[in-house]
Amino acid sequence: MATKLYEKTAHELHDLLVKKEITATELTEDVFSRIDDVEGSVQAYLTLTRDEAMAAAKAVDEKIAKGENIAPLAGIPGAIKDNICTKGVRTTCASKILEHFVPPYNATVMDKLAGQDPVLVGKANLDEFAMGGSTENSAYQKTHNPHDLSRVPGGSSGGSAAAVSSGTAIWALGSDTGGSIRQPASFCGVVGLKPTYGRVSRYGLVAYASSLDQIGPITRDVQDAATVLNAIAGHDPMDSTSSPKEVPDFTAALTGDVKGLKIGLPKEYFAEGLDPEVEKAVRQAVEDFRAMGAQVQDITLPHTKYAISTYYLIAPAEAATNLERYDGVSYGERIDGADLVEMMTNTRTELFGEEVKRRIMIGNYALSAGYYDAYYLKALKVRTLVQQDYMEAFKSVDVIVAPTAPTPAFGIGEMVSDPLKMYLQDVCTVPLNLAGLPGISIPCGKSSANLPIGLQIIGKPLDETTILRAAHAYEQGHEFHGEVAHVEGEKA
Amino acid sequence: MKVTKEDLENVAGLSRLFIPDSQAEAYLGQMDAILSYMDNLSEVDTSEVKPTTYALPMENVFRADEVRPSLPRELALSNAPLKEDGYFKVPRVLEE
Repeated sequence: MATKLYEKTAHELHDLLVKKEITATELTEDVFSRIDDVEGSVQAYLTLTRDEAMAAAKAVDEKIAKGENIAPLAGIPGAIKDNICTKGVRTTCASKILEHFVPPYNATVMDKLAGQDPVLVGKANLDEFAMGGSTENSAYQKTHNPHDLSRVPGGSSGGSAAAVSSGTAIWALGSDTGGSIRQPASFCGVVGLKPTYGRVSRYGLVAYASSLDQIGPITRDVQDAATVLNAIAGHDPMDSTSSPKEVPDFTAALTGDVKGLKIGLPKEYFAEGLDPEVEKAVRQAVEDFRAMGAQVQDITLPHTKYAISTYYLIAPAEAATNLERYDGVSYGERIDGADLVEMMTNTRTELFGEEVKRRIMIGNYALSAGYYDAYYLKALKVRTLVQQDYMEAFKSVDVIVAPTAPTPAFGIGEMVSDPLKMYLQDVCTVPLNLAGLPGISIPCGKSSANLPIGLQIIGKPLDETTILRAAHAYEQGHEFHGEVAHVEGEKA
Repeated sequence: MKVTKEDLENVAGLSRLFIPDSQAEAYLGQMDAILSYMDNLSEVDTSEVKPTTYALPMENVFRADEVRPSLPRELALSNAPLKEDGYFKVPRVLEE
């Protein structure tokens, strides 16, 4: 078991707090001393809220001293992706256009979390407006993979994953539009859960692609993912797309038993371009499931090869519309111009990064007269077919198992000049968002270069319970989960 | 090329973006590669397929039409780049 406080999981730390073996203040100090040690090389955070964190820890210690019961996340330090609105704390989306934006209200997930008294360490880096898969599109800084500082942490929730992986947060919130929780979790060797579309309120999540975006946890183990999901899930009248369906206790699902679980193996996810080491690790995990009593069968999801095109039309089209609000008028920065249109054009041209501009233009192209039917409407129809593939498969299987990403973490700068190549990396993650399905990425081994590899478990709509149960059962038999990366140059 | 320089100028204008000549080539090449890749959708027969805009089967979510608390004006204006007398301030739109 991990010896230093920052290396432990939230549930281990909760037990220690309840038994009064540690205080929340000691724990928070330990996490900030880890930040002092490694954050200079990892650069996971855009904003640190040390004073607020220490005050929150003290308040939890007072509750414990008074003999009050504390919630599972009480006093446990976490990181929040910087596209989630935090009242009074700057929220930049890693964009220059929101450099000084201080939200006047909380996202619903922040209000829900507040009921658990967690300690919030800071706001985590991301690709600008969550557009990207490497966190290199941040306007402020490049986050480094804690396992190998020359590599990307993945994205867009790269700061959240790197913080949890490097021990500068015990848990984190990310957001996932096309893989932005699962792929960085895979690259950083941690657990990342994208809930079903509608399971978690999007109110106060700065919109990128509204029909695909979903907030979810990034943690060191599956039990913590279930604990954080418990805290943030549920219907919200402020988000009319949030599901009114009842929310189960997700931690109760972790029985360790997968006997008779029917697992589907989609051949389209083991196609050309899959790194042989990733394929080997994922296939080994499937054999491990079989050994635990699960039944494995081959399945086919024939429209998978169209998912990238579909996603990269729908998401930019929605983004083009959502990002119209950054016009220099009601919030955000402004660059002056001779008239209104010139002011808006100057503001957007100078303050949006290249990838954001590219997606806005692709989106407006796909939505514009003459191209709407051929691009946008066509993509919405193929989206139906992608979803139907899954529904057909789920008639005969309970979960689908696949790689999370086709390769381990790639090098910083390796793909920035070729956006299409970068988009193709999302082949295993975007189909779930199109279909609204839940998916979890858990560590399933390491490459010969000692880089983490992620296993993706995909579930039926609103059935996070079964994927958490399968992920947890797998985790029980393997040693490599929950470990904090040794960061190059850290103090011994 | 699928995307012409004229297309790029048109779409940049719609997007309230200005692409200088020095960057136009790079954007054109990238957008052309991306949109050409997306042509693979044309091989899918969707003549009988309905479009999906949201993954969950929900429609017409209503709520009661009642007055509820909203952001105070001062707070709503707190992030405005320029404001005056309780309003957002923008460059003149109408001629005098």
